Amino acid sequence: MTHRLHDLLALESLSADELTFLLDQSKPFQEIQKHPLKKLATLRGKTVALAFFESSTRTRISFGTAASRLGADIMNLQAEASSLKKGESLLDTVHTLNAMKPDCLVVRHAASGAADFVARHLDIPVINAGDGTHEHPSQGLLDALTIRDRKGKIDNWNVAILGDIRHSRVARSDIHLLGKFGCRLTLCGPAMWVPRELQQIAPQAAIRRVFNVEEALDGADVVIVLRVQTERLHEPALSASDYVLLYQLNGERLRRANRDAIVLHPGPMNRGIEISPEVADGPQSCVLEQVTNGIAVRMALLFLLCAGHDEEGTHPSSEAQQPVNRRAADVKDPSHASR
Amino acid sequence: MLLVKNGRVVDPARNTDATLDILLDGERIGEVAPAGKISSSNGFEVFDAGGLVVAPGFIDLHAHLREPGQESSETIETGTKAAARGGFTAVCCMPNTKPVNDSASVTRFILDRAKTGASVRVWPIGAASVGSKGEAIAEIAAMEQAGIVAVSDDGKPIATAKLARQVMDYCCSLDLPVIEHAEDVSLAAGAVMREGVTSTRLGLAGMPAAAESVCVARDVQLAELTGARLHIAHLSAKASLEQVRSAKQRGLRVTCEVTPHHFTLIDEDVQYDSRYKMNPPLAAREDRNALLAGLADGTVDAIATDHAPHEPALKDVEFDRAPFGITGFETALGLALEQLVHTGRVPLMRVVELFASGPARVLGLERNIAAGQPADLTIFSLDRQWTFRAAESASKSRNSPFDGRTFKGGPVATVVGGRFVHRI
Repeated sequence: MTHRLHDLLALESLSADELTFLLDQSKPFQEIQKHPLKKLATLRGKTVALAFFESSTRTRISFGTAASRLGADIMNLQAEASSLKKGESLLDTVHTLNAMKPDCLVVRHAASGAADFVARHLDIPVINAGDGTHEHPSQGLLDALTIRDRKGKIDNWNVAILGDIRHSRVARSDIHLLGKFGCRLTLCGPAMWVPRELQQIAPQAAIRRVFNVEEALDGADVVIVLRVQTERLHEPALSASDYVLLYQLNGERLRRANRDAIVLHPGPMNRGIEISPEVADGPQSCVLEQVTNGIAVRMALLFLLCAGHDEEGTHPSSEAQQPVNRRAADVKDPSHASR
Repeated sequence: MLLVKNGRVVDPARNTDATLDILLDGERIGEVAPAGKISSSNGFEVFDAGGLVVAPGFIDLHAHLREPGQESSETIETGTKAAARGGFTAVCCMPNTKPVNDSASVTRFILDRAKTGASVRVWPIGAASVGSKGEAIAEIAAMEQAGIVAVSDDGKPIATAKLARQVMDYCCSLDLPVIEHAEDVSLAAGAVMREGVTSTRLGLAGMPAAAESVCVARDVQLAELTGARLHIAHLSAKASLEQVRSAKQRGLRVTCEVTPHHFTLIDEDVQYDSRYKMNPPLAAREDRNALLAGLADGTVDAIATDHAPHEPALKDVEFDRAPFGITGFETALGLALEQLVHTGRVPLMRVVELFASGPARVLGLERNIAAGQPADLTIFSLDRQWTFRAAESASKSRNSPFDGRTFKGGPVATVVGGRFVHRI
């Protein structure tokens, strides 16, 4: 890598090479998830601050687990427990956290651009764990990793994204990432959730809008089902039963896709709304692999951003020589050597 | 007595563009004569305007001076000092202060403060409805007698078509213009920028152009119904401009203003930087192009700043939470020269009209350089290089997207009532 990643705020600004690098870096950490003892000492002595200004369970646990499996200490800020309720500004809150000297800040916030705003004011690396309806870059990476594992490559697939794309940060990260690998993206949902401007957010990507789910699924290799956020159903008012009728991914509809198509969902799922239980639990579903891969991707990101600031970042592969870490001996890291 | 000599006098109301001397006799213009005709040996103060443009005093139809109530962001003193630096000799201040200027007593308070502390003329705009709440009509006649020059519920439109109609009817009888912040609040609800590819890419809630033009359509039709003088504030959308153009063709008394930021920037410039957040939001490229055409062809009557200071702590937050508005006095002329004059899009004479005689006409006034007229002059350079630094602004606030921008040409001296209120 010629350019060193300081923050991870969005996938839009990264090149296909940089994205490939991040995915390759995740590979050894995927292996670690398979071992009975999963803890490394790679980031021992480092502190990762998790600043979640919006309620989140899985992403917060995933980043927290990733940090602890790297041996880092964790500072945990949850909006409910924070001084935000007392009127403190976001800037004051993150400055206060920063004064406790973490090595990296993972931020989740309901406002689009919040991670960008925080990164402009702090010197330490900032990882965007989801900002409003903008991006969720680690989710985009774990989706890509899952696709690559299941289908052997990321390039040139027909990808259908179903649901409330307008309000989805996951969809934006997926569109930017997959678009850079030549995937053809079909966005499908009710028209107010799939505004025509979405076709132009990634100029190099082939994006089409389709309002008919059967048409969207025809020939799909990858189907990404988005969570219908019930709070969004009110704005604009949309009947949940209409949504199920027109857009739910069920077994019959999935048969329109290619036979070896896979199904992704960022979770948490509303079974019976956007996805039928039959599909969610079926052989094409990758939902749980996504969760496992999420930890690997986030370990790679924390490793690259936190360790990257030392002169000698200790990647698990070089730790292999150190007796302090038994598990690391099993880790292979082809990408690290090649770059 | 002040003699401004050798200046290039540009006076659109009289279609003059010539090198003239102007003798200011106290509050009034005493004499205007070809250069050299007025003897400067009479003990007058002499200002050599050689190489500079001398224009009728600029009027800003749209500003927020924040006093009373939000003095941490601006006061009448600091705001008008910034206005003087920007070449403005008169500023119309919007009524959304705390309390709202919806009564003669608040109007008088503003004018009293202006009398002691203002650098330039302060012309208050009164609220159209009590508290600008859109329910009951405000005491417009009492405010008119106290000194307001127009009414507006700026910050939002007059809430309902029925109330707008009543206000227009009433203001016809008082011969006051009704200034509308045209916005369909249901279409704009929750939005922080213009809807488009950029808002979609950034994941920021956007309002469509129709949020403005739907309300302009309502108001133009009500102006037709009532015969009122309707002025559309900070017009930003092509569709709105087309309605104003057609209203003018039909002979309605409809006018509009455009801000420097809307003819300079577009939605694509927004990058989560709250200095680019204002309402109406930065529009699409095609809207900006339409505004540039409207500025050139006469559809637009005035350039107004919508100077909207906010103290730094209020703006240095997430984009969603930042208040709308940017400062505008000190950069307005520099931007107009950069975007309109130096590009050849709009002749200098017309730009002066947009800053001086145009806004005067909206208010039912005259602005020209002739004996007996108020001794208000804006003297500016067409080529002096200078850089706007928000930290050095006379305003109390710093919220400008033009911080650090270098301009070619800008204000050099501002004369109000025969006295310099700003001079480089």
